[in-house]
Amino acid sequence: MAKIIIDQERCKGCELCIPACPKHIIIMSENFNKKGYYPAEQINPEECTGCAFCALTCPDVAIEVYK
Amino acid sequence: MKKVFGRPESLTETPFTYCPGCHHGIAHRLVAEVLDEFGVRENTIGVCPVGCSVFAYLFFNCDMICAAHGRAPAIATGIKRSKPDSIVFTYQGDGDLASIGTAEIVHAANRGENITVIFINNAIYGMTGGQMAPTTLVGQVTQTSPYGRDPKTMGYPIKMAEMLSTLKSATYISRVALNKPSNIIKAKKSIKKAFQIQLEGKGFSMVEILSTCPTNWGLSPIEASKWLEENMIPYYPLGEFRTPEEVA
Amino acid sequence: MAEKILMKGNEAIGEAAICAGCRYYFGYPITPQSELIAYMAKKLLKMKDASFVQAESELAAINMVYGAASTGVRVMTSSSSPGISLMQEGISYIACSEVPCVVVNMMRGGPGLGDIQPAQGDYFQATKGGGHGDYHLIVLAPSSVQELVDLTMDAFDLADKYRNPAMILGDGLLGQMMEAVEFKERPKVDLPSKESWTLVGCKGRKPHWIVPFNLNPSVLEKMNLVINEKYKKLKEHEVRYESINIENADLIIVAYGTVARIVKTVIQKAKKEGINIGLIRPITLFPFPEKIISKTAERIKKFLVVEMSLGQMIEDVKLAVNGKAEVNFYGRCGGIIPTPIEILKELNKYL
Repeated sequence: MAKIIIDQERCKGCELCIPACPKHIIIMSENFNKKGYYPAEQINPEECTGCAFCALTCPDVAIEVYK
Repeated sequence: MKKVFGRPESLTETPFTYCPGCHHGIAHRLVAEVLDEFGVRENTIGVCPVGCSVFAYLFFNCDMICAAHGRAPAIATGIKRSKPDSIVFTYQGDGDLASIGTAEIVHAANRGENITVIFINNAIYGMTGGQMAPTTLVGQVTQTSPYGRDPKTMGYPIKMAEMLSTLKSATYISRVALNKPSNIIKAKKSIKKAFQIQLEGKGFSMVEILSTCPTNWGLSPIEASKWLEENMIPYYPLGEFRTPEEVA
Repeated sequence: MAEKILMKGNEAIGEAAICAGCRYYFGYPITPQSELIAYMAKKLLKMKDASFVQAESELAAINMVYGAASTGVRVMTSSSSPGISLMQEGISYIACSEVPCVVVNMMRGGPGLGDIQPAQGDYFQATKGGGHGDYHLIVLAPSSVQELVDLTMDAFDLADKYRNPAMILGDGLLGQMMEAVEFKERPKVDLPSKESWTLVGCKGRKPHWIVPFNLNPSVLEKMNLVINEKYKKLKEHEVRYESINIENADLIIVAYGTVARIVKTVIQKAKKEGINIGLIRPITLFPFPEKIISKTAERIKKFLVVEMSLGQMIEDVKLAVNGKAEVNFYGRCGGIIPTPIEILKELNKYL
């Protein structure tokens, strides 16, 4: 059991978390945030292992990981 | 469920002003996590440079001062000498440390100042809009090397970590990269070691961090991380160049 | 403590700084102030809770001062003209950041590498800011070794009181000469606490920032205006000068530092010739003693400014006189000290 929370407003849509995720369960949202970026979002949350690679690579410290 | 990864206390809540995908944010977080882990945030004084990270004082949740371009190691020397029990770090880019501030970094290292230097090498001047840095790679196109860096007239990129490792008083010198999770984990370990050395009063420590500048490289953040791996790491090898054991 | 000892000017500054509680010194060797850096090394390297660093350059030295001053300690650097030019960047940052420190300039001949003889060619640099931007230093101009001592101690108090860098503007002659000096017990002065801004770790409070910039022009303008208020206060409360015989003089000489010493001899010589000369000697060059000059110019219509430069302080004298009297100039430069006979000959032209 693990989950991530992506702070949609901190995210600048750089996409670095996408290749970092070994489960390929992060995609870019179709809706933009207040700053005008398309933030990252998680799909298939049940597959998340909480490895935190996405959070490690996030330059905006926008991802929290829970386990 | 328990939070296993979040914002370190040593970072403020202020969102970073860096461009999307810029590695400064990762480097900031790693330094902040290390300050948290050692429990020294309230005893730390940081020195930020001139360059993109001139705003670092807004992001680190500790006492901060902004240096003149290149002079951070001299300011850090003054702080550490007058407040030897505090933890003092500088955060500098490649224009700051390897060009305008070469004298200050060399002599701070040579005096063995008990400070930690975080050196961001992204092979370009970011804030001024993408000019050639002393660390720009041969052939790399920038605003001021529009036909590519030509070593005949512009010299070769400076390897600061190797250069400073020749100094007997430099206690710990390493080079790390932030282009993928495995390297980020190693970078954190190295930064932690650098601060550990300062905490133990063992002298000068510097971590050179290979980072991307997607905006001025003209690449997407993902392409930039790949470019770093394929171009920077072969020229700037990762690893520890000087460790306390060698100093003895 | 109040016994008189024979001391060289440069060393006397060092001892005065230590008496004033300065335990941190960062500097780079340069003639004619090298005895001062050597004195600080000899003393501070043996003291506890003190630090002496021979920096790699004047650029580094002033930034070490900036760092140490930011933690709230009393700190000093010293140099001579070319070295002070190198420090200007740092001094501008320090003035903008409003951190107190003391900078000593024992002037030598310029421009360029110049020579190593006494001069006063750095007046503009010292009093008008020196580096980039709108700022001033508190500038004190001693005229004897005793004054080097007293004004060095005052400089630390003034710097702390106004959170502004203070400069001792001497010259190679004052630094090199020996005179009997006294290190007097000083009355305790009430100075503002530094707690609200120093960088000492943020335990139990929000982090402090020392940030010498703001990209928002209206905020930066406000920062400038705050600093400017201090200069107004300085002009109101801290002006110092010495005046001799200014009541009924035929001519007033305005001179500072070494030149003022020579002028005192000129006054004696002139008296023997039946000429009545007065002297106004600014002790603070910033704030400049403009009121006394202005007032004197209402009565006495002839002024002569004598400097070891080609005419720098004369501009401030003219501003103060404001057309009310004739202002003439005599100067030597390049390290040449004017003789009393030269000055006497010169002033005779105007009588």
